[in-house]
Amino acid sequence: MDALLVLLAVPLAGGLSLWILGERDSAPEINAAFSFTTFAAAAWLTEDVVSTGPVSGFYEQFFVDPLNVFLVALTAFVGLTTSLFSRPYMRTERDKGRMTPARLRLYHSMYQLFMFTMLLALTTNNMGILWVAMEAATLTTVLLVSVYRTAASLEAAWKYFILCGVGIAQALFGTILLYFAAERVLGPQGDALLWTHLDIVKHQLEPAIMSLAFVFLLVGYGTKVGLVPLHNWLPDAHAEGPTPISAVLSGLLLNVALYSVIRCKVLAEGALDSRFAGNMMMGFGLLSTVAAAFFLSRQRDIKRMFAYSSIEHMGLTTFAFGMGGPIANFAGLLHMTVHSLVKSAIFFAVGHAAQKAGTQVMEDIRGLLRVSPRVGWGLMIGTLAILGMPPFGVFASEFLILTTAMREHAWATPLLLLALGVAFAAIFSRVQPMVFGETTLRPLPYQPALVPVFVHLGLGLMLGLYIPPYLAAWYQQAARLLG
Amino acid sequence: MSFEGVFAQLAAAVAALVLGPLLTGWVNQWRAWLQNRSAPPLLQPFRTLHKLFWKESVMAHEASPLYRLAPYVVFSCMLLASMIIPTLSTNLPLAPAADAIALVGLFALARLFISLAAMDVGTAFGTLGARREMLVGFLAEPAFLMVLFTASLITNSTSLATIVASLSHRSLAIVPSLAFAGVAFTMVSLAENARVPVDNPATHLELTMIHEALLLEYSGRHLALLEWAASLKLFAYSCAGLAIFFPWGVAQANDRTALLFSLPVLVAKLAAGGIGLAVIETILAKMRIFRVPEFLATAFLLGVLALLVHLLLGA
Amino acid sequence: MTPIHVQLVNLFAAGMLLLSFAMLSQRRILALIHLYALQGLALTASTVAVAWATGQHHLYWSAAINFTLKVIVLPWILHRLIRRLSVKWDVETLINIPSMMLVGIVLVVFAFNLALPISEFSRSIARSTLGIALACVLLSFLMMITRSKAVPQVIGFLSMENGLFFAATSATYGMPMVVELGIALDVLVGMVILGVFLFQIREQFDSLDIHHLEKLKED
Repeated sequence: MDALLVLLAVPLAGGLSLWILGERDSAPEINAAFSFTTFAAAAWLTEDVVSTGPVSGFYEQFFVDPLNVFLVALTAFVGLTTSLFSRPYMRTERDKGRMTPARLRLYHSMYQLFMFTMLLALTTNNMGILWVAMEAATLTTVLLVSVYRTAASLEAAWKYFILCGVGIAQALFGTILLYFAAERVLGPQGDALLWTHLDIVKHQLEPAIMSLAFVFLLVGYGTKVGLVPLHNWLPDAHAEGPTPISAVLSGLLLNVALYSVIRCKVLAEGALDSRFAGNMMMGFGLLSTVAAAFFLSRQRDIKRMFAYSSIEHMGLTTFAFGMGGPIANFAGLLHMTVHSLVKSAIFFAVGHAAQKAGTQVMEDIRGLLRVSPRVGWGLMIGTLAILGMPPFGVFASEFLILTTAMREHAWATPLLLLALGVAFAAIFSRVQPMVFGETTLRPLPYQPALVPVFVHLGLGLMLGLYIPPYLAAWYQQAARLLG
Repeated sequence: MSFEGVFAQLAAAVAALVLGPLLTGWVNQWRAWLQNRSAPPLLQPFRTLHKLFWKESVMAHEASPLYRLAPYVVFSCMLLASMIIPTLSTNLPLAPAADAIALVGLFALARLFISLAAMDVGTAFGTLGARREMLVGFLAEPAFLMVLFTASLITNSTSLATIVASLSHRSLAIVPSLAFAGVAFTMVSLAENARVPVDNPATHLELTMIHEALLLEYSGRHLALLEWAASLKLFAYSCAGLAIFFPWGVAQANDRTALLFSLPVLVAKLAAGGIGLAVIETILAKMRIFRVPEFLATAFLLGVLALLVHLLLGA
Repeated sequence: MTPIHVQLVNLFAAGMLLLSFAMLSQRRILALIHLYALQGLALTASTVAVAWATGQHHLYWSAAINFTLKVIVLPWILHRLIRRLSVKWDVETLINIPSMMLVGIVLVVFAFNLALPISEFSRSIARSTLGIALACVLLSFLMMITRSKAVPQVIGFLSMENGLFFAATSATYGMPMVVELGIALDVLVGMVILGVFLFQIREQFDSLDIHHLEKLKED
């Protein structure tokens, strides 16, 4: 309970205090300090849940079970490493003139508030508050996407605001329908939207209403996950914002949105007694994977390319959760974790590379290994990791997903393999000339923060080679919760 | 074919012939007063008709038999339409034929003949008027049909007599579908009767004419018949509106004494309606012809909305 | 003879649908804002009618929040925004108005069809208005995608939220208070952020035409 309180209070307080203090030179360090405290609270909460079981608080308005506690820990961890990365990165940006002190203040305070909204969304038990938190997460990042005030970033932020807003409105309708179905069974008090209560009575929920509600919820939250054809905002928003924001959007917000979808899927599957919910998720997931792989191959901007790669991986994870069953769920959870870690590592490396070269267009970035070996190797290894090379974690989860698909839904396997293959070829052929070769780039003024990159990649490697037993048990518990 | 029925039918025909031009005169008087002008006398339209009947009818050499026939056809259509709308009584021998759709069909027939006749002589303004009339009619007819269908759905019949009978017996309630239908009907009748905001009946500028352009070539008794037909059309539309939205006071079947009262009630309702029309014409300005499709699309929309709201809410 | 409160709710529901169509066909931004305020008023009135008929007191509170936010605060923010941005154009729509009306009617029929099986499950007195609520949402969605200037798109977005709130009131007796407060807060914060954002757009492009924001394409 106390861990939960600290976990939520710290980023909220951080946001507010950085708004007041933000124009100081030490703002990045203050930001990192708040993130560290959040991470400590998350670790404390994780230890609580792992040892004593699910935690519930504030008249059951919050609920932390093995499923969301690992996401909480992941969010806090990546939040911490991103804040460490953003210290030298933002300082370089400020020196280049692309960030003013006023914008930095906005950036830092919104960063902490964004963390707060994501943690709120992950830990709340109330489906209505989940919606509010998801919408708030969009709102906190809209102004950050447009922070450079270029034409492209304004367009990206406008698309992000409008498209995600419309999507979230669909999700609100879905939540209303869910409440409608729940009220008939649980009565018209506020308890009717609590996930724990709904989970107990899910077989009594009216199937007609629940199927419609799930469709709206999938479309609504799916827009935020970046499922094709609702993905239009994602490449622009992830590419045009500052790199730390791209890293947290790709690595964290997509996970939180997918978490919302799976919570709803558990309820829908319980009410419908058919594979409708799972099939819909599989359909969208497969479509996203294949479409993203093909879109990927036409990109010229490196961040857009990796944003499409995020769509592809999220599609794959959605597909896994759609399949259901212990192995697929385990693989999905593992994939969410390693994708977060590796994708944010890639974005860190890409950020530094783009800063060096002064551009995000891939053809203009060359020879990273010569000017800064660590950035170059970070990018190379990260790319290999995200493409599913063994022994990294992504290989393990993709392998599990593919074998489950082969066993249960063989028709999907060739499509998945095709998508993964196309993505591999496209990304690798673009990244390789960027890393090797001659260059005229100069080193950066501030020492690039590459520790986060290698820490993430190391964790990804570890999860691929050897998952510690407590972690495996944890994932299995979470997988079982998903049915 | 009872005696009351035949009597009521004839009375309706005579009332239409007399009250039609009277209504037009009334509206013109009020328009003048609202615009701070001195008004023509109430019986002016009768004088105009009288004058025209005595004048010689001049026609072009190329005019076909259609040209001569059209005024008679139009006049008969309008008279027949006025006779089948339950103005004084619902006990009409023609009631079996008095379908809402037949009513729309009669108006369409009249419109067809007058447009063809306008194009017959081959002048530019005749064709212009005919095309504009067809444009307005093409969009106004579906809207009018939607209004009638709403009324039919509420009363479960398309026969006008039945509609009036059941609507006048409903208890007072807020009925959104009838409210929407009423607004739609007002818009449609403004368009069909060539009133502001769609067309200015007193215009002398050929380029802005719709209805007047159709009559430009006619003279003498033909023009008299067409003018009378126009006032009958206004009368018919007003009575249709009154029958659907304010059906109280119309004599029901087998009610002899009510027939005596129905005439004063009708006159009173028409007088009020005429004042309302004059007020609308004074307040609104004439629209550009390009905006007329939007105006009528809105009317159609309101008609469909009335239908849908009735289907969904049952109200 | 249906009871008076059901008639009132039906009347306000029909009014909301009419207002959605009116917003769809309206050309002037100032008139759009007034129509949006009127829609908020119709929504509040229908919530009060339901509250009075069923004695659910929390609905009075939610009607009060609605009234303050949607009839007073948001139109005032929008007024200020368009005054400071000097935005008073007549907006042309992407497809002409009669066709848009026809598409709107098709959407309304679709929404009514979709809502019919669900409204049978509702125990609320306003259950038949769920179809109208869904129709309002779809019509505001149509308005958003056929407008080419920023402010009408935003008003369409807000009107969508009105429709959703109306759906909540008609299917169930409103959402739990804490959720409604959260939604209201989100809407308010969203508007504030939007205001800031529109200034940024105007600063960059000297115009709020959405066509300027269509340059990022696949290459």
